[in-house]
Amino acid sequence: MTIDTLRLTAEEARGLVERGEVSSAELHAAYLGAIAERDGELNAYLRTVDEADGTSVPIALKDLISTRGVETTAASKILAGYVPVYDSTVAARCREAGLPVLGKTNMDEFAMGSSTENSAFGPTLNPWDPERVPGGSSGGSAAAVAAGLAPWALGSDTGGSVKQPASLCGIVGLRPTYGTVSRYGIVAFASSLDQIGPMTKTVRDNALLYRIIAGRDPSDTTTVELPEPVQIPEAEDLKDVRVGVPHELNEAHGIEPGVKEAVDRTIELCRELGAEVGETSLPRSVDYGLACYYLVAPAEASSNLARYDGVRYGLRVNGADVREMYEKTRDAGFGDEPKRRIMLGAYALSAGYYEAYYGQAQKVRTVIAQEHAAAFERFDVLVSPTSPTVAFKLGEKAENPLAMYLSDVLTIPSNMAGLPGLSIPCGLSDGLPVGFQLIGPQFSENLLFRAGHALERAIGFDHVPERLR
Amino acid sequence: MNWQPVIGLEIHIHLKTRTKMFCRCEVAYSEPENTRTCPVCLAQPGSLPVPNEKAIEWTIKLGLALDCRIAEHAVFHRKNYFYPDNPKGYQISQYDEPLCVDGRIVVPGEGGDAEVGIVRAHLEEDAAKNVHLGTAEGRIAGASATLVDFNRAGTPLVEIVTRPDLCSAEEARRFLQLLRQTVVELGISDAEMEKGSLRFDVNVSVRPEGTDELRTRTELKNLNSFAFAARAIEREVERQIAIYEAGGDVEQETLHFDPGKESAPPLRSKEEAQDYRYFPEPDLVPIEPPAELVERVRAELPELPGARIRRLAAELDHATALDLVTSGRDGLYERVPGDRRAVANVLMNQFAASGVDPAAANAEELGKLIEARSRIPRDRFTEALAKSGDAGFSAQTYLGDGLVADTAELGPIVDRILEANPGQVESYRGGKQGLLGFFVGQVMRETQGKADPKVVNELLREKLRA
Repeated sequence: MTIDTLRLTAEEARGLVERGEVSSAELHAAYLGAIAERDGELNAYLRTVDEADGTSVPIALKDLISTRGVETTAASKILAGYVPVYDSTVAARCREAGLPVLGKTNMDEFAMGSSTENSAFGPTLNPWDPERVPGGSSGGSAAAVAAGLAPWALGSDTGGSVKQPASLCGIVGLRPTYGTVSRYGIVAFASSLDQIGPMTKTVRDNALLYRIIAGRDPSDTTTVELPEPVQIPEAEDLKDVRVGVPHELNEAHGIEPGVKEAVDRTIELCRELGAEVGETSLPRSVDYGLACYYLVAPAEASSNLARYDGVRYGLRVNGADVREMYEKTRDAGFGDEPKRRIMLGAYALSAGYYEAYYGQAQKVRTVIAQEHAAAFERFDVLVSPTSPTVAFKLGEKAENPLAMYLSDVLTIPSNMAGLPGLSIPCGLSDGLPVGFQLIGPQFSENLLFRAGHALERAIGFDHVPERLR
Repeated sequence: MNWQPVIGLEIHIHLKTRTKMFCRCEVAYSEPENTRTCPVCLAQPGSLPVPNEKAIEWTIKLGLALDCRIAEHAVFHRKNYFYPDNPKGYQISQYDEPLCVDGRIVVPGEGGDAEVGIVRAHLEEDAAKNVHLGTAEGRIAGASATLVDFNRAGTPLVEIVTRPDLCSAEEARRFLQLLRQTVVELGISDAEMEKGSLRFDVNVSVRPEGTDELRTRTELKNLNSFAFAARAIEREVERQIAIYEAGGDVEQETLHFDPGKESAPPLRSKEEAQDYRYFPEPDLVPIEPPAELVERVRAELPELPGARIRRLAAELDHATALDLVTSGRDGLYERVPGDRRAVANVLMNQFAASGVDPAAANAEELGKLIEARSRIPRDRFTEALAKSGDAGFSAQTYLGDGLVADTAELGPIVDRILEANPGQVESYRGGKQGLLGFFVGQVMRETQGKADPKVVNELLREKLRA
């Protein structure tokens, strides 16, 4: 039978395998065929895995997810050729669930970026418009799912790196509650923020994949047991759901009119599906979230990236002495964005500045968490655009880091509070997908799936990019 | 002007846990290079630390033994610096919220007890081992290559920092002995300097006696024994006093000793103001030891060496009590019956030389043996001690017939008899050898028949020949 990888959801693919209509290996081969056909243009994959090693639906993994025996570079030259001797916990859980790996997807180097242009191995293009970026940093995973090059994929989200590319590529992306998915084996960017998240065509696919990867891992002491099992959403209404619309997240400077329009329509739809909708406010979260993030994340990154020193693995450029070896290795191995963030972070942690920067940012983080907690006393979910804009053109923001950083202004606040967020496609603006962000309290993934699924059914978004239909 | 030394110590102790601090690699010191490693202690991308709970419990145990307050909320921090033996580019250590704070240890001494404040005791991981090639000094500068052995990387270390309360090199030495013994008895470390499981640095300054000012200090590193440390401290104190008396100022610097060559002058280096960019380790949640755990560990603490030294010093003297306790022989001392002084002397001398494990020795039989030691020939006594740890050891085997055979005891008696009978001595030497029986009889009478006639005969013949 022919497998339409563009249309097939992971759940449908699983059904085919379970009913014996296709084998896992045939599925794997079909996606590799699609990759061969379309990825020359898109560059969603850094490498593919040719042997199908599993019994179920294949998966694409962002290239910061360590895979035993398969090169893992985090899209950095400093890790080119590095082959992990061990599996990350999420990769192991995928293996145990029978999901063969299709390949490793492109990303911004060390997950630092919002467009996948910061990859050391060339940018990934948006399947909806190859002149535009897929978002980032999980742009490769998002583009792969959108273009039918993977039934589903895993990305990682630090400041919005799952939600924002999901939004720009018209797919579903979940950033889980901090601590629900193991970070063991994930090339670290900012430890207190990094979370692995599922990137899928549908909300049900998303819940299915989340069910595979979530739960306490003894190898990551920051993880916890889920308070309740993951439920695959069925309900098609939003009865008894209180939807809060935070003023600052919906009226932020820089939100494109087409984005606002699609999001407003979706808020109206919430009401039609039976939700109680009201206005709320997160003034300090939005005012200070971005600034706070750009202290905490680079500070942790400056330390996390110190291990790339040329001593044990990855790139080494020799020098006259050890210091020169460090300098030459790191100068040659890191791109501009990691260098920029290492410098920012080292500065924020340095003696005499720690209290004013990193220390203060941690305090602000507490304020942001409290502000969200207060909003959740009145509402079950908070909604907003995921990204202020639709996919932008390659190079448009590449020379202006600050403009690029603003891409994550709407995803960062809830990330700083450790909260889960789901992005679903809610319509098009100028022919490009718009993402709708649903934020819930800690461990509210089941509610986000329920709400997301009901909206998805009502919106009827066609996730196949128009130019590929 | 009289000067008073001001000495503080920073001690590192390897915990002898089975596995490393943040991974489950076996702790091993003599295995082939890089065979006790895993993604965590090699800092492979993505690996994460998981704390060793035994190490945390043992640090609490040590903290309690040092009379510290155990923090209800302690935090691991990252200490960031680049060096080939530091695989992550940061060491997981503790900074402003250590596990144990504000303790003290009382060091008994001849001139009374000295109380030494403990600022903190915290848990951290050790670095790997660098081997620098192509340089005589074993330093990285000028090395043609550096090899790294990661077997040691990530082994648990406790760092103990004292207040600058020590006032002499001798006091520092006694403190270290007592601390070492405490750690060994708690069963948490071998604390052996030769193996590197105990290391320490010393901060030294001096001040005019009677003041409490703190002047510029120097740091002494790589001291490889307590005795050497005491000598090095003394020399440094003298050096600083000489500088002040000549109107100069002591410079803040570090003195690196060469563990291989005690006589070599230390290398000096200016203290570089390193910025370690400490921040809370985001990969680990704070340590919050449950109160029940702390109380259980507290209840399990044995009587500590300091208290035992004080107790034993009351019946012996301070030096002997310290020796008994720090050699681990005080338990045996307390079990062996008999004259206290005699038991202590034998245990610290002949018994110590025998190499018998004090825990294995039969205390009752040892008591009998020590009581009868004057009647046992010296080499026989030594032999008996060497067997005192064997199963079925009985003092009776060595007491023989109960006759005094010790020439050291019989010699003076024989001399006295010969001196008291000059006429008979002259006759004997003149040829009347039959007189030997007379002398033997005199000695037997003097010793109330307890002397071994064979030994007496030999002694008399020898002395009469002279």
